[in-house]
Amino acid sequence: MTYDTIVIGAGLSGLAAGIRLAYFEKSVCVLERHTTIGGLNSFYRLRDRNYDVGLHAMTNFAIPGTKRGPLSKLLRQLRLRWDDFDLSPQNGSTIAFPGVTLQFTNDFAVLESEIARAFPSQIDGFRRFTAHLLAFDELALEQPELSARSILAEYITEPILIEMLLCPLMFYGSARPMDMDFGQFVIMFKSIFMEGFGRPHAGVRLILKKLVRQFKLLGGELRLRAGVREIVLDGGRAVGVILDDGTELAAHNILSSAGSAETMRMLPQSDAPQTSIEPGDISFMETISILDREPAELGNDRTIIFYNDSPDFRYERPSEPIDVRSGIICCPNNFQYDKPLEDSSVRITALADPHYWFDLSEEEYPARKESWRQKIIESALRFCPDFRSHVVDADTFSPRTIKRYTGHLNGCVYGAPRKILDGTTSVDKLFLCGTDQGFLGIVGSMLSGISMANLHLLKPDSEVATS
Amino acid sequence: MTPEQIRTVILDILSRIAPDEDLSDLDDTVPFREQMELDSMDFLDIVMELRKRYRVQIPEEEYQQLVTMQSTVEYLEPRLKDAESPA
Repeated sequence: MTYDTIVIGAGLSGLAAGIRLAYFEKSVCVLERHTTIGGLNSFYRLRDRNYDVGLHAMTNFAIPGTKRGPLSKLLRQLRLRWDDFDLSPQNGSTIAFPGVTLQFTNDFAVLESEIARAFPSQIDGFRRFTAHLLAFDELALEQPELSARSILAEYITEPILIEMLLCPLMFYGSARPMDMDFGQFVIMFKSIFMEGFGRPHAGVRLILKKLVRQFKLLGGELRLRAGVREIVLDGGRAVGVILDDGTELAAHNILSSAGSAETMRMLPQSDAPQTSIEPGDISFMETISILDREPAELGNDRTIIFYNDSPDFRYERPSEPIDVRSGIICCPNNFQYDKPLEDSSVRITALADPHYWFDLSEEEYPARKESWRQKIIESALRFCPDFRSHVVDADTFSPRTIKRYTGHLNGCVYGAPRKILDGTTSVDKLFLCGTDQGFLGIVGSMLSGISMANLHLLKPDSEVATS
Repeated sequence: MTPEQIRTVILDILSRIAPDEDLSDLDDTVPFREQMELDSMDFLDIVMELRKRYRVQIPEEEYQQLVTMQSTVEYLEPRLKDAESPA
């Protein structure tokens, strides 16, 4: 048989695209190399405990029944109900820089009043900046590349405030070092500062399982342990794939969430495009500490703390194995759930140099990981209460882990610095979705799959060519 | 289907696409977009739901016919006259 569409990668974007296609009766097969779904946002079980990777929080929080905004759009498009995501709002988060902190919640007015308190001279500029941002169409598929830093500087004259606003948005989505594309900045600003954080009680596994269930109910096919070795071309057009085990599958369209550089590497050597696509190199180490009690009992009720110990924020591939000057402290317990989580944990994330972690030998790796884990925690303890005597178990991942399980070159989590917003490639009938298409965050990743399926694979016009 | 049956089908499609909208006092002569939160993605879904359910093809240049309930029903009436009502 020939599938209408083969989707490469069973992450949030690939599954969301799969649901759209299956709902409109396209034959669709989602292929995943790993033994489980999720990609960059996944989950696992270790020593009888559940762990999440990727997702700290769902962005774009909205109260159930909200008619506007990305989350509502997403649920409508996937024909899911608000209950399906079971989101509880955050307690509140903090941006901590030397001598100044800003709190924010899912109510944008809180951030505004915090800025008015900490930077009285800047609040008018910040309000004008917000108005400018609201008038910008960040979802347009064609837009010039603009520097978020330089646009911020037109409205805000206090450099540390610019850094503080960039810090959470870069940490949660920038593929570009030291700056963000303004379109990407607007997506992240709205999704984090204006809409805010929520989390399902069961974590990211709930979202992924709902997506898979919906996809399969609609007749979609999911194959795990099915990595794509090569994309098959015929006269410059994608016509199918060859799997790692040699199986050949035919399709009228291929939608890849593997990343732009990663997808181009699947093309036969002679057909590889002349212009090389640079993969990103922003990667992280994260250490997850399981605690014997809730973080709030140890004095930390914040959902996320974004910290940086210097006036400027260096968001780039570090020259050290890990950049411990800045990081993210996430407490999955600190959301407003109806009942407490089964386990208590603290997740701390910091920028990592992928090459250092790739080059270590198998023998060196565990000890280095443990020693840097401790350095990350020591550094983070300047910004939250000490929890070390309450740790009952721990796990840590590095860029090496990310590369191994997601196939992303350099273990990068936000993809290539240059996004391909319309999802087209140099090959006819081969399209991109996911991080390298460029809608960011958890909700953005699903919207990416949806938008690319709508644009290239579902529009009545696009069908004529394939039938 | 009769115009009334087509109207019921459209209401059903709208309630699937926008489950949080109250459609009970929809005005048939006022554009959908002025009465509910519908963006271009949702609009495409109306077209695709019709195709999925009744195999009716609507070319992009005729999407403007679907602006109000009244114009939608009028547009679809000749195209769905032989279709079976779902109810």
